[in-house]
Amino acid sequence: MSSRPYIREISKTGWFYGQPRYLRYMAREVTCIFIFAYTFLLIWALRALANGPEAYQAFLDALNSPLGILFNLAVLVGVVYHSISWFSLTPQAMPLQRGEEFVPGNIIIGAHYGGWAVVSLIVLFLGV
Amino acid sequence: MSERQIQLEVLRYNPETDREPRLQTYSVPCLNEWVVLDALNYVKDNLDTTLSYRWSCHMAVCGSCGMMINGEPKLACKAFIREYADQIRVEPLANFPIERDLVTSVEDFIAKLASVKPYLIPKEDKSISAGEFKQTPAELKKYKQYTLCINCMLCYAACPQYGLVPEFLGPAAIALAHRYNQDSRDGGRDQRQEVIASHEGVWECSFVGACSEVCPKHVDPAGALQQVKIASTIDWYKEHLMPWVKK
Amino acid sequence: MAKSNKPIVWGLFAAGGTITAFLLPVVVLLTLFAALGMTPGLFTYEYLQAFAANWLGKLVIFGFIFLSLWHAAHRLRITMHDFGIRHDLWVATAVYALAALGTLMTFFYLLRI
Repeated sequence: MSSRPYIREISKTGWFYGQPRYLRYMAREVTCIFIFAYTFLLIWALRALANGPEAYQAFLDALNSPLGILFNLAVLVGVVYHSISWFSLTPQAMPLQRGEEFVPGNIIIGAHYGGWAVVSLIVLFLGV
Repeated sequence: MSERQIQLEVLRYNPETDREPRLQTYSVPCLNEWVVLDALNYVKDNLDTTLSYRWSCHMAVCGSCGMMINGEPKLACKAFIREYADQIRVEPLANFPIERDLVTSVEDFIAKLASVKPYLIPKEDKSISAGEFKQTPAELKKYKQYTLCINCMLCYAACPQYGLVPEFLGPAAIALAHRYNQDSRDGGRDQRQEVIASHEGVWECSFVGACSEVCPKHVDPAGALQQVKIASTIDWYKEHLMPWVKK
Repeated sequence: MAKSNKPIVWGLFAAGGTITAFLLPVVVLLTLFAALGMTPGLFTYEYLQAFAANWLGKLVIFGFIFLSLWHAAHRLRITMHDFGIRHDLWVATAVYALAALGTLMTFFYLLRI
């Protein structure tokens, strides 16, 4: 036992600066702000929808603006990063044992990307 | 024989004379195949006998020589000189109190390991005459990777949540609990849950994943923790929504 | 050390994370089209109104928004902690209240469609 152990303080607000690994983590976490904001956009759309065609058109007009474009672009980037990071973590959280061996992580991730593509194409096809 | 002069910048701390740690640079002639541990041994043998650090096996199985090398938690015996430039910064493992030079206090870690009941708790008492516990290769594989932990504490140094919340049980301790929970011979999961499923247990983890990235034995503690979260969540719903179901 | 109650929200976080990971990008793409002036079929009044008018559509919309809200709320709670805002009780209350508000709004607007 040391006579006087020295404790190195860590900055509670700046612990992640200058460390690529931690910066990537914070970027992933921060995507939630985009998702939260976007969900309220969808709720706003629902409100406009409930209030009738004029209200809904006003919503569409507000969306069709530089701010609307920038917001959707920002959310798209954030949400795609969320998807990529989410898929890459799935094999760790849900390992699949088939017989003795575990299904390789790449296959699980690949399957997720495949599912993502299929679902996206279906919604795109139905929604456009 | 290729040799390179390496400037080893080491964080020194003498609790009896220093108020604060300080950096001290040693010029070490390193052979190409050396590891940082070899450079430290050269310093201790030839330049400064007062330099204190832990090491033992020199082959990444004992877990003694964990330290921060250029800001990254590594085993000094597994940090190859050829992978670094001419200046290498060596500091004691992050998130632990410094006892002296590169030696950190391991008490918190050991206490946490012990707290998860890291031993087989059989489902039923079985006498010796009843025979051994049998296990298929598949059952063994289910928990095998979590047995490979060498208690080197690199994961605790990498974990920002442990750095911010020292009460956090941490990656290795929870992965160790998971090792026993996944063992088909074990029936002690409920007993471990009291510690694991607490606020300072698995729920302090936010899946940064740094622990698994730095683990020298590829234990993947981050994966273990997420699996524990899923199991604990299912437990919670069962307990609260179907309390009549006996565990 | 008492067992934590975090599993409640964590389950929603995990489910929401999965749903948003698979579905949100394409939905955002559709609203991006709308923002660019090329409103896709789904987001025209007639189509969306018809979709939300039937109970299955309502269920889908509610489920999607509900899970997205609670996923984002829980992650935001953790993110605040990571940024150094450590009063967990206040932060948790704030983010979950916001998610609850969103949930209620969704519920009532859907009822009116």
